[in-house]
Amino acid sequence: MIIANNVSKQFGKLKALDNVSATCNRGECIALIGPNGSGKTTLIKSILGMVVPDSGFITFQGKNILHNWAYREDIGYMPQTGRYPENMTIGQVLKMMKDIRASKKILDEELVEKFELGSLLHKRMRTLSGGTRQKVSAALAFLFDPAVLILDEPTAGLDPVASEVLKEKIVKEKESGKLVMITSHVLSDLDDLVTQVIFMQDGRLQFLKNIEDLKADTGEEKLAKAIARVMLKSNR
Amino acid sequence: MKKIIKYVTGDILRNKIVLVYTAILFIATMSVFSLEDNASKGLLSFLNIVLLIVPLVCMIFSTIYVYNSSEFIELLVSQPLQRKTIWLSLYTGLVASLSFAFIIGAAIPLLVYQPNLLGLMLCLVGVFLSIIFVGIAMLAAVKTRDKAKGIGVVILLWLYFSLLFDGLVLLLLFQFADYPMEKPMIAISALNPIDLGRILIMLQMDIAAMLGYTGAVFKQFFGSAPGIAFASAVLLLWIAIPIYWSLKKFRSKDL
Repeated sequence: MIIANNVSKQFGKLKALDNVSATCNRGECIALIGPNGSGKTTLIKSILGMVVPDSGFITFQGKNILHNWAYREDIGYMPQTGRYPENMTIGQVLKMMKDIRASKKILDEELVEKFELGSLLHKRMRTLSGGTRQKVSAALAFLFDPAVLILDEPTAGLDPVASEVLKEKIVKEKESGKLVMITSHVLSDLDDLVTQVIFMQDGRLQFLKNIEDLKADTGEEKLAKAIARVMLKSNR
Repeated sequence: MKKIIKYVTGDILRNKIVLVYTAILFIATMSVFSLEDNASKGLLSFLNIVLLIVPLVCMIFSTIYVYNSSEFIELLVSQPLQRKTIWLSLYTGLVASLSFAFIIGAAIPLLVYQPNLLGLMLCLVGVFLSIIFVGIAMLAAVKTRDKAKGIGVVILLWLYFSLLFDGLVLLLLFQFADYPMEKPMIAISALNPIDLGRILIMLQMDIAAMLGYTGAVFKQFFGSAPGIAFASAVLLLWIAIPIYWSLKKFRSKDL
């Protein structure tokens, strides 16, 4: 569904992405894992067209995304730090996004209800806590029932209850045949979610593996331990 | 596009600075015309206010607004929207609210005191300057990533257009005092929209007689139909080039 082909991106001297190629298919739940500054967010932003790669290209359902915009209709994006117009209330932001996307699909308001955002609709964005902002971001990502979900650190800042709600929702969407991409440092959160693992380091894609293969290769049962083993090996 | 313009304009109006700007323009216009009993003297003071304040406020407000909307822009870019639509909506929203502020605050009171061609021209020059300097500010904002640097660049640009340029022109005139500079001066005046606006207005006033031979050449040129066409074309170019350039930059910008 999403194919990245030798994508490279340089920020000044820093190589944020170095010849990254990957193929992501429907029904997969892919974890993007790697140390800080390994290029995970840059890869996500390239897929969204927010960052324009220096070389290489990305296709979405067979079409090159360069200077294309309509494909984002099928993507729900939850940014690392959700930043919204400070003067707007939650209700206004939700209404604005519905207005802008003008989606013909049935809206999926499950998360809006489960996070109890309904009682906070009149609150201005600047008064919100980090966790509540994350809830708004998550609700927005799922709202338009997109075929691809891209979640950048979704559980960071969420309380345990909200975090569980979100995880349940992710599993549900994955099972209904959507492609989910998640980055997270909380590997224990990912254990029962992911089917594929992309491991990145210094802008390079080290491997893209099925989680079962990864566990078999490292001889570990838990994703966190398996990744720790891989990182240790690569440092040696 | 309409929807985004609506949200941008709403956001700008919620930010009270534009209302304060309207009020200041209104108070300044009213006081200039009620303090001076000589209407043309009042007009001259008004001209100076327009030529100084309008570019300054338009540039600084637009730059800060673009920087402060970075999160809004990011949000929009991740949605199924064309970058061109986003940028032009932002531009249209800024232009609409700032020109509207000028029309309410300055143009309408002016036309009450000066219901003639000269008053109308002054209003047009004010609206043109608003549009031009919003474009220049957006170009500066898209080219510099750092907010403090961007605002600094914009203040320097304002200093250049409203003060330094005149100094440079004077220097040029003194250096080439032995040559006939009247015709090249027409070309040079096209390099600064503020100067062009000033010349266009001054030539309509009685004091144009005090400008001497240069004034006479200017009057002959800008008073003719091709001269007016030239001035309008130059002002339109001053609108089109910065916004086109900034749009090109924005389309390949990393957010």
